Amino acid sequence: MGIQIDLDKCVGCGNCVPACPFGLLEIIDEKVQVKDGCNFCGACQEACDYEAVVIEAVNQVSVPSDSHRGVWVFAEQRHSQLKSVVYELVSKGRKLADTLETELCAVCLGHNINEVEQLIAYGADKVYLIDSPVLAHFHEDLYTRKLVELIQEYKPEIVVAGATPHGRSFIPRVAAMLRTGLTADCTGLEIDVETRLLLQTRPTFGGNIMATIICQAKRPQMATVRPRVFRKEAPSKGKKGQIIKMDLDSEGVTSSTKLLDFIEDITEAVKLEEADIIVSGGRGLGKAENFQLLEELANVLGAALGSSRPLVDDGWISYPHQVGQTGKTVCPKLYIACGISGAVQHLAGMQTSDNIVAINNDPNAPIFEVATYGIVGDLFQIVPMLIEKLKNG
Amino acid sequence: MNIVVCLKQVPDTTDIKIDPQTNTLVRQGIKNIVNPFDTYALEEGVRVKERYGGRVTAISMGPAQAEEVLREAIATGADDAVLLSDGAFAGADTLATAYTLARAINKLEQYDVIICGRQTIDGDTGQVGPELAEMLKLSFVAYVSKIDEISNGYMRVKRMIEDGYEVMETPLPAVLTVVKEINVPRLPSLRGLTKAKSAVIPVWTAQELGVDNNMVGLSGSATRVIEIFFPQRVRCGEIFQGELESQVSRLVDKLREATIV
Repeated sequence: MGIQIDLDKCVGCGNCVPACPFGLLEIIDEKVQVKDGCNFCGACQEACDYEAVVIEAVNQVSVPSDSHRGVWVFAEQRHSQLKSVVYELVSKGRKLADTLETELCAVCLGHNINEVEQLIAYGADKVYLIDSPVLAHFHEDLYTRKLVELIQEYKPEIVVAGATPHGRSFIPRVAAMLRTGLTADCTGLEIDVETRLLLQTRPTFGGNIMATIICQAKRPQMATVRPRVFRKEAPSKGKKGQIIKMDLDSEGVTSSTKLLDFIEDITEAVKLEEADIIVSGGRGLGKAENFQLLEELANVLGAALGSSRPLVDDGWISYPHQVGQTGKTVCPKLYIACGISGAVQHLAGMQTSDNIVAINNDPNAPIFEVATYGIVGDLFQIVPMLIEKLKNG
Repeated sequence: MNIVVCLKQVPDTTDIKIDPQTNTLVRQGIKNIVNPFDTYALEEGVRVKERYGGRVTAISMGPAQAEEVLREAIATGADDAVLLSDGAFAGADTLATAYTLARAINKLEQYDVIICGRQTIDGDTGQVGPELAEMLKLSFVAYVSKIDEISNGYMRVKRMIEDGYEVMETPLPAVLTVVKEINVPRLPSLRGLTKAKSAVIPVWTAQELGVDNNMVGLSGSATRVIEIFFPQRVRCGEIFQGELESQVSRLVDKLREATIV
């Protein structure tokens, strides 16, 4: 199991060493050695001209039966409103289903959910709807059990869900119950037409590396996607579809966790993921009070306020504002980065924005590599000018 | 109260640079550290012990060197530690990792609370906690920012969600994942360091866990990495030149032309 080096074949040429994206190979005494941490991606095997790298075939050749068909989107709602990520996933799911020549279904659990028919306009062929007062609030055990039951009954080949706090909490439980694979925070989903496999691409290793992942022998193939990663397409009014209402049969489901209370945090209601424009600040602001300047710019633009991680760590601004690997992934029409150098963890959370404006006094800051427009200079001069010009017509 | 804390040794990904010549990660000088999110899990475990009594067992799956994170855990308050290490565990995805951890926790027999960090900084999936809960058939609460109370076999916690906090009640035993808002981890004590130095940390292999080799490591993984590549960063953007004032004007013009503002 795993990776082996055939020491008779290895000539110690070292061609494989730079091929390893994780830098795990080393030539010792004219033979290559593999350090711990290998995920068997096979890059070294391709680089070796001597067939010295052996990655043992994994016991997973059993091709799943053809009985699994269809693409499913978990249509999460909160306070009876479908989440915006649901429309993004339905738009993407439509394309996947078209490529696979199969149907797209949305699964919706909740109570008095608004605009369920919109799921059809955005591309769903069927909506499985379970409406019950019991499901008005996120009821983790019931959600987990119901989704598992539906998947077992209808056997979709693909299930995607939003990487929201609730999604990230219960979707892994669904995957574990079904003993199938789940790929978190995908930024790319494509179909390999020949094998019908879902190619799931995601950033890993702190956003330094992209990995494409497959789930070969288990069904369904499951993935979560952060909000704002895929585009919400325009709805089509004439699109036909079915809403299939189902009863909540909660018999036998013993719910262990109970929601006692929900405390809305109004001060922290920063809808960063929903914002069209984000003004974001980094270390270059110098001190917490200087956020006022960015707030002013944000007000002029009707923008939300974002931040890089160090400022949150230092308590200049609260966590819901944090953009990046351990904060939020955003994809606004315009992201204005002020005094942000662009650490890879920050870039991971915002580099897919439609337009990025970078304002920074260091011309070598990595943020300029992802910028659509850049101004090198003092943000305390530039931002007030920008506010002035935006105000005056 | 028997508390189990899961920890992972990870490369400090915040320090990683990419060699532009070879397009590989520069590993040299990159330290292996305790996954930062797991330090909050450990601290919370120790605090629960201090409030309600009991023992904290730190557990980690990884190569032999992952023992380091367990010694650190003992230095900062864990009573016992177990390392799950076996060549057969290598290449595990979250499903196989959760399975292996679940088997080990079952072997511990006594547990009331299992605490994990919200995610790791290398894999970033946040899936092992909830998958572990399901494998152990225990109740689960993610993103816990406060443990309010534990009494009569129940626990009341607050969890962070996008627009506020949910107050949840869960019976024990339960699995929690915690966020960094929950506490400020302590530094190792002198006594802890001495204890850590001499602690004997048992290593449990696949055989000791009695696991089927097809359920662990790469063989037990439902997902597989088929390609690795580096993110394209270069956008070929326009860096304005000239007087600052005119640069700002051009920026505003461009944004207006594109009807962005």
